[in-house]
Amino acid sequence: MFIIEHKKIFLILSAVLVTLSIFSIFIFGIKVGIDFKGGALTEVAFLGERPAQNELEEGLKSSSFGPVLLQPTGEKGYLIKSRDLTEAEHAELLKILSSDGKNQLTETNFNSIGPSVGRELTRKAIIAVILVSLTIICFIAFAFRKVSRPVSSWKYGLIAVATLLHDVAIPVGIFVILSRLYGAELDTLFVVAVLTVLGLSVSDTIVIFDRIRENLKSQANLAKIDFSETVGRSLKQSFARSIATSLTVILVLLSLFFFGPASTKYFALMLTAGMFFGTYSSIFLASPLLVLVEERQKKK
Amino acid sequence: MWGKRILALIILILAAGIGFFVYKSEQGPLPTHPFRLGLDLFGGSHLVYKADVSQVPGGEVSDSMDALRDVIERRVNLFGVSEPVVQVQGGGFISQGEHQLIVDLPGVTDLEKAIEMIGQTPLLEFKVEAPAGTPQKATVDEEGKIVLDVDSQFISTELTGRYLKKASLEFDPNTREPMISLQFDDTGTTLFAEITKENVGKIVAIYLDGAPISTPVVREEIPSGQAIISGSFTPTEAKQLVGRLNSGALPVPITLLSKQTIGATLGGSAVAAGVKAAIIGFLLVALFLILRYRLPGLVAVVSLCIFIAIMLSLFKLIPVTLTAAGIAGFIISMGIAVDANVLIFERVKEELRSGKTIADALPAGFSRAWLAIRDSNISSILASIILFWFGTSLIKGFALTLGMGVLVSMFSAITITRIFLSAINFLGEGKAARFLFLSGLSK
Repeated sequence: MFIIEHKKIFLILSAVLVTLSIFSIFIFGIKVGIDFKGGALTEVAFLGERPAQNELEEGLKSSSFGPVLLQPTGEKGYLIKSRDLTEAEHAELLKILSSDGKNQLTETNFNSIGPSVGRELTRKAIIAVILVSLTIICFIAFAFRKVSRPVSSWKYGLIAVATLLHDVAIPVGIFVILSRLYGAELDTLFVVAVLTVLGLSVSDTIVIFDRIRENLKSQANLAKIDFSETVGRSLKQSFARSIATSLTVILVLLSLFFFGPASTKYFALMLTAGMFFGTYSSIFLASPLLVLVEERQKKK
Repeated sequence: MWGKRILALIILILAAGIGFFVYKSEQGPLPTHPFRLGLDLFGGSHLVYKADVSQVPGGEVSDSMDALRDVIERRVNLFGVSEPVVQVQGGGFISQGEHQLIVDLPGVTDLEKAIEMIGQTPLLEFKVEAPAGTPQKATVDEEGKIVLDVDSQFISTELTGRYLKKASLEFDPNTREPMISLQFDDTGTTLFAEITKENVGKIVAIYLDGAPISTPVVREEIPSGQAIISGSFTPTEAKQLVGRLNSGALPVPITLLSKQTIGATLGGSAVAAGVKAAIIGFLLVALFLILRYRLPGLVAVVSLCIFIAIMLSLFKLIPVTLTAAGIAGFIISMGIAVDANVLIFERVKEELRSGKTIADALPAGFSRAWLAIRDSNISSILASIILFWFGTSLIKGFALTLGMGVLVSMFSAITITRIFLSAINFLGEGKAARFLFLSGLSK
């Protein structure tokens, strides 16, 4: 199997991608949305001509609610980001935007989140990420409790976890770059996407490990097993179906990205990237790693 | 074998029935079971309040939160919103003991009005005449007229809206003018009897929200605990006031933490986009299945249709509030639903290639793929459960549709597909049959 023979190339490729992702996270940083840090997002659409941006910015300077960020959106709209607004400040904002009612507008979306709500959500998100990771680790340990030779079951678990980290790190890196280019922000849906990637991509790794487990069992004489040959054969038998199962999910995700609602676009993209790298890693990373571990073990 | 075929036929008829229900219940001006759309799709307001329970004794917190929810629910219902959602959240480990009240008002885009309506506490007071000799206060207004300060002529009593048992709307039999009848509880009745006894021939002023609305003269002691307010109300005003009085005061003070309004047009286009994405996603998956797995692929597409019919009818019957994220969850679950089929068919193909007959390969494929199907579905279900629990309403919608999808797909992709495939085994073992069961797009 060429993947096992050239495993170094694929391992290095994955390592480079993960390193790049982690670097981009540290260099660019992640822009956090108002879900987590609090603040207000106002979206308006003008009925007539959209007033010039600098005019509105001039008017907003005298407002009582501090610095605001104005972004054109759609054909006739603006998106206004500010700190969280009281109802009076909200009314003031709309008044300034409409130039005291001269330019008629409709408010398509308004969202103001207090900082304490954001703090609470952050806490919940962190707890959820930890819980999902722990659950999945326990699950992997359970699924591989019966495989112990020639590689012990906890090593399967460890490799599955390393693969998971890889599957999450690369989409996050992609997101950071997107957020740099298009201003995407880390919101609740982003966290959901990460958690869903964790859940979905582990199953891919399990499908392949499952095959290895079965092939090891069917060999009567354990001493004679050529481990890397067995892994290679298992990969050959299962990579088609592993790609096929992911492909069906990626097809619907792409349809969601291209045709779906605007609010779930980045979400669909994150999941697509997660599914793609999840499948890639179960074939090109998890199994080569397994063989590498076994080889090291033998040398000792 | 005829048993399997009859069973397959029954399933098809049932599925058609479910599909017809989904279609029919969406028709007409008043659909019987419409899809319930979340705020982000329908448009509306979403308000989060923090309830200050610091004054409430520990054991009674959950009771007073329930009471709070009931009061707010009554106020919201007065507003005539269709299907408002008022829920209490928090306390405990996750939210650091912060108790929150979440109010969803579909279709309400006037935030200011909504906030005012929820925050309003009608303050009903009964005041009696000040003792004679109290100096009259007066001010001179802008136009130079002398205005008597009426309030200085009245002093507060203990009787307030707190002791109100019930308010109801009545009409004066003579003038047909609307009036409000008040019934006090036991303490209120005693207080009212005392006040009326001591003030026969004097005025007892009824104040609402700090302004006198009615200043009747007491003719005799009223021991029954009943009072009538007759001001110059319009019937609508009177009706609203009755509602507000009955909804009562808030048991715990609340402060607004966050608020959101979504315009209806934005929601409408999101629904259209979601439906489009779902249809295109379905077609892509169907195309892939048929190209790669031929006859079994076609059977899987039929199972997928049944899956969709079951899911949509569940959304209607439970009912599940659909958000953009929920629709995304449903669309993704279509992709996951056929995973089991893919695993089974790949296995069947392998068995066929190793020389087995179709009749032997099918059961072997099903049984050998089961472990992998079980394991991968368990991990998706675990993730959905945790997401559901993590959830704000947005995420709950996603986790719920995804989790339901995985569960329903275990039935549709395994049981139903299996019944269908064994029902069409009349094709025999000829070349044509093998062609139909082997897959395209690969060797």
